[in-house]
Amino acid sequence: MRGAVLMAALAVLALPAAAEPPAARIGELRELVAQDCGSCHGMSRAGGLGAPLTAEALAGIGDEALEATILEGRPGTPMPPWRGLLNEADARWIVRHLKGETP
Amino acid sequence: MKRLMALGLTVLLAACAGPDLRGTGDLGLVVERADGRLQVVETTGSTSLGTIAGLGDLSHASVVFSRDERFAFVFGRDGGLTKVDLLRRRIAGRVMQSGNSIGGAVSQDGSLVAVANYTPGGVKVFDSRTLEQVADIPAVGADGKRSKVVGLEDAPGNRFVFSLYEAGEIWLADFSDPKAPAVTKYPGIGNQPYDALVTEDGRHYLAGLFGEDGIAMLDLWHPEAGVRRVLPNYGKGEQPLPVYKMPHLEGWGASGREAFLPAIGRHEVLVVDTATWQEVGRIPVAGQPVFAMLQPGGRRLWVNFALPDNDKVQVIDVPSRTVLATLVPGKAVLHMEFTPRGERVWISARDSDQVTVWDTASLRKVAELPAAKPSGIFFTARAHRTGL
Repeated sequence: MRGAVLMAALAVLALPAAAEPPAARIGELRELVAQDCGSCHGMSRAGGLGAPLTAEALAGIGDEALEATILEGRPGTPMPPWRGLLNEADARWIVRHLKGETP
Repeated sequence: MKRLMALGLTVLLAACAGPDLRGTGDLGLVVERADGRLQVVETTGSTSLGTIAGLGDLSHASVVFSRDERFAFVFGRDGGLTKVDLLRRRIAGRVMQSGNSIGGAVSQDGSLVAVANYTPGGVKVFDSRTLEQVADIPAVGADGKRSKVVGLEDAPGNRFVFSLYEAGEIWLADFSDPKAPAVTKYPGIGNQPYDALVTEDGRHYLAGLFGEDGIAMLDLWHPEAGVRRVLPNYGKGEQPLPVYKMPHLEGWGASGREAFLPAIGRHEVLVVDTATWQEVGRIPVAGQPVFAMLQPGGRRLWVNFALPDNDKVQVIDVPSRTVLATLVPGKAVLHMEFTPRGERVWISARDSDQVTVWDTASLRKVAELPAAKPSGIFFTARAHRTGL
């Protein structure tokens, strides 16, 4: 029983760590958000042709929905599906980054 | 001795009398987007002369020039309109005129500068000398809502033409009497116009549609005839690739009867017959084109690409419609600008933090200039071109 709890705790602890992109990748993602997302959403993320992506603007939207938007795009708008260039871990990191939850 | 002293004083005075006289026809600006700064460059020796800082958010910034080619008007993403003096290399005036803007244009007579705004959606027009506001045109479409304004261009007759992104309209604003501008509205021109251009002769306004195929065209010689749809197959069509970067329509130029457009979501440049406005060919290229810019003279076409092919530039031979060369000017190539007569082209590579200058005949690199995250490059010769 104790072992199972420990296992579960470890699993919980291990999850985010395993999901985190490698350090070099984080550097690339940081640039991608600033520059390439910035092309449509503004470098200050205040919005442009695309919606604002400030932490306040995203506060009410769930992480999963935002990750799905990044990976699958928004049909009918210029927001493309980024799945060809980004994976789940990348998208998860970007959402946390936009919400101000990354160091 | 006295005479010698007087002579010495004259020489000294002459030396202090001010900066060396110089023209501005070979000057230009490079936008350093992340730092809100401009580099003033000259294209005779391919060098940087200095910088002008303090311009705010310059992501997607664009620049137009005064008709005397001394001043530039810089449109910042944060709604800032800044007038800079290329000779003194300093800000000559700045207004925060909206929350979020995308570009602008100078009127035919040079007296007005118009800005296209996203937030709040509309166009504001300023006196180009003083930056005093002359007119405010809120972009409230037939749907009763405010739209983002895109594709603002100058047209002959002191007119400005622009498109309403959400409402899907084209508006033609006649400023022949700046105090009482007359706006003609064309609703229902298509879904999500995202960028536009005016042809070099100032006759046609063409708006690209994101939401559907085709291009909305207004003949400015016959505005009463309304907007019609041309190039019915231009757009995404079936099974397009994801569009990581929207293609830009600027750089359009006609070589004889042929003009060239970046395809949307396809690794192709489209060839258009400007007499019939029909597509007459496609040229396969290395990636999704962003800019397809005709070299002055029209013999070669230069193309850059969206992610993940944004380290390349391809040069196309127009008569044979074949790729002559693939250059690799650096990481994240954003823009290209030709010298006025086209013997050289300047290319910005954002992620390589440099601008490179290429000889357009030999396709050899002739200069490298360091620049912090460079994006747009704008030379003063634009001052004398309609639609730029």
